[in-house]
Amino acid sequence: MTAPDAAELRRLTRELLAAHPPASTDRTDFLKARFDAGLAWVHYPAGLGGLDAPRSLQPVVDAELAAADAPDNDPRRIGIGLGMAAPTVLGFGTDEQKQRFLRPLWVGEEVWCQLFSEPGAGSDLAALGTRAVRDGEHWVVDGQKVWTSSAHVARWAILIARTDPDVPKHRGISYFICDMTDPGVEVRPLRQITGEAEFNEVFLTGVRIPDSRRLGPVGEGWKVAQTTLMNERVSIGGSRIPREGGMIGPVSRTWRERPELRTHDLHQRLLTLWVEAEVARLAGERLRQQLVAGQPGPEGSGMKLAFARLNQEISGLEVELLGDEGLLYSDWTMRRPDLVDFTGRDAGYRYLRSKGNSIEGGTSEVLLNIVAERVLGLPSEPRNDKDVAWKDLSR
Amino acid sequence: MTAQPATSRTPDLLYSEAEEDLRAAVRALLADRADAPTVIAGTESDTPYDAQLWKALAADIGAAGLLVPEKFGGQGAGHREAAVVIEELGRSVAPAPYLTSSVVATETLLALGAEEGPVAELLAGLAAGRKVAVLAVPFSASASGTPVVTAALDGTLGPVADAAAADVFLVPTTDGLYAVAADAPGVAVQPLVPLDLTRPLATVTLSGATGTLLADAGAARAAVDRGLLAGAGLLASEQLGLAEWCLTETVRHTRERHQFNRPIGSFQSLKHRMAQLWLEVVSARAAARNAADALATGSPDTPLAVAVAQAYCSRVAVHAAEECVQLHGGIGMTWEHPAHLYLKRAKADATAFGTAGRHRETVAGLMELPAP
Repeated sequence: MTAPDAAELRRLTRELLAAHPPASTDRTDFLKARFDAGLAWVHYPAGLGGLDAPRSLQPVVDAELAAADAPDNDPRRIGIGLGMAAPTVLGFGTDEQKQRFLRPLWVGEEVWCQLFSEPGAGSDLAALGTRAVRDGEHWVVDGQKVWTSSAHVARWAILIARTDPDVPKHRGISYFICDMTDPGVEVRPLRQITGEAEFNEVFLTGVRIPDSRRLGPVGEGWKVAQTTLMNERVSIGGSRIPREGGMIGPVSRTWRERPELRTHDLHQRLLTLWVEAEVARLAGERLRQQLVAGQPGPEGSGMKLAFARLNQEISGLEVELLGDEGLLYSDWTMRRPDLVDFTGRDAGYRYLRSKGNSIEGGTSEVLLNIVAERVLGLPSEPRNDKDVAWKDLSR
Repeated sequence: MTAQPATSRTPDLLYSEAEEDLRAAVRALLADRADAPTVIAGTESDTPYDAQLWKALAADIGAAGLLVPEKFGGQGAGHREAAVVIEELGRSVAPAPYLTSSVVATETLLALGAEEGPVAELLAGLAAGRKVAVLAVPFSASASGTPVVTAALDGTLGPVADAAAADVFLVPTTDGLYAVAADAPGVAVQPLVPLDLTRPLATVTLSGATGTLLADAGAARAAVDRGLLAGAGLLASEQLGLAEWCLTETVRHTRERHQFNRPIGSFQSLKHRMAQLWLEVVSARAAARNAADALATGSPDTPLAVAVAQAYCSRVAVHAAEECVQLHGGIGMTWEHPAHLYLKRAKADATAFGTAGRHRETVAGLMELPAP
């Protein structure tokens, strides 16, 4: 079968809409039908929600569906599943795993979370200490994970754990799919700087994972995790934003509407940040055009850096601009948001939440190293952990 | 004016195949005829411009006529292509009156909308690379500033960039726009000592000079504004090319240079600075392409696109050049190493066609973000 072109995809989308009119079809049923028609992610294989079409043709389908007011699968709510778990399952999963997991993931029936970071292994992720010990057809997992978004609502998790402490740290890791409803999985809210508990700590005590839920070979979990992490960064940097679409929007509106707040110092800073936000938007647009043209550049790794810094500076400026109002905070009550709304709530919340932008999904320092080494080709720092068994490293 | 000017179309921020071919031709020419030792030697000679280089670039490659329609003997291309030439000129800091003659003067003349007569004749001369024309205003003049005018053809103007290379001056006066031959009686060009050695400056003194009136005062002002807008917009591409050279050379140097028994480029404190610079260069490219595309398509977004590109790219070029000097260590402070040429060009460019602060004021006006 040859890959469908834009016209064929348009035809198939209209067929789907005719067979399942959005106005009279249940949301989940519509999404299931869309998946089964291969119009969920057209670049995925036939039978797994796609049609082996070029990724760049997805917008053709999306535009048709949006015009017909069809439900979408709310990628924000299921971002970890879509952005990280799915490409990893597709790349390394067995046929059974792909059949079992991709459809409910895409439809949103099953939420995913990611059990990677640990209290002792954040930026140095490969130093993780959670153990998985083989017991017949199972692995027994013990350890602690942290910064886990959505763990309290997740059905499944992608998990990396140490299966061989006697080899250097990158080589003794394996990659699993963990059932979050299993006994031994305990999720505790982790309250953060904003007062919310957006993240969790996850304690794993004697959790038994069948070997059939391993992704990739034993000991090669680090390679598998690279796929997950690369997809995480792409999904953070790739979307299209209108002018003043990000954090610069609210502060610009406040400036226009509240002349009494204006000072010369704030004006200069606002204009500088306005220009930088507009340029970051253009750089994101250029990256998007490169992807569409099939010339993916390394720029993606940089966009997250730019947005993290800008968000922090702009929201910091906004707190000052608001003067007395900036001294107040909407609400410190602990809540458990289902999804993060970076530009929602008030300036103080935006300022505090944006502090996470330079840490989550790879710290800015680690991303700068990645740019320096992989894009610019600068030499890596000498390291003393590459040939030492994990158990012999100092911790 | 609404707070958010409607963007009629999504700008094309990539390079076309034809643009990449043009880049390759210009880069090969400059590598051949304008390498760093040649440029440094040129700045110390009595002839600040290499006439052979200009002929090859302007006439043989046809770069001078990119903005000029075919009916006037040009290439009928546009600002996107001219921007690519300027990127390469920025990368080599070669002294060539491209931005001043082939962009600002050419764009000013085009804006007069003449179909024939002296304007069309002059355009044909510029497009063929036979003549160099320079707008006789200070290099710091911006479209959003007050265009400098002299009463009739009397007075001293400057510092005018590339005046030394000019065959013709376009002089905005209170009467209108004049074309004045550089060798006409009553025209004196007095070289100045420039900060940027690769773009000579001079004062132009007119005392009872005569010229050809090309347009009346109203048309002249609009045309000069358009010329300066195009100059500012494409200067961003020069700043991009310059910054790219600085980053590339700095990366190369820090990979090769060993201290403390390691290449200095392996130290995280230096790596992060270069990675940050890379991010700025990537961003500058998007801003510069956006300005070039807006100029090329006549987008209503052009004034904002140009102001944003200038406000951003000026700082990136200076930052890249400053980092280049610093990370080269002692060698970066010497006359033999070309880093200083780039620093001087970057710093001068930060004033050319208006400072970043001036362009931010334009943004404030266009986006309704007024001062207190």
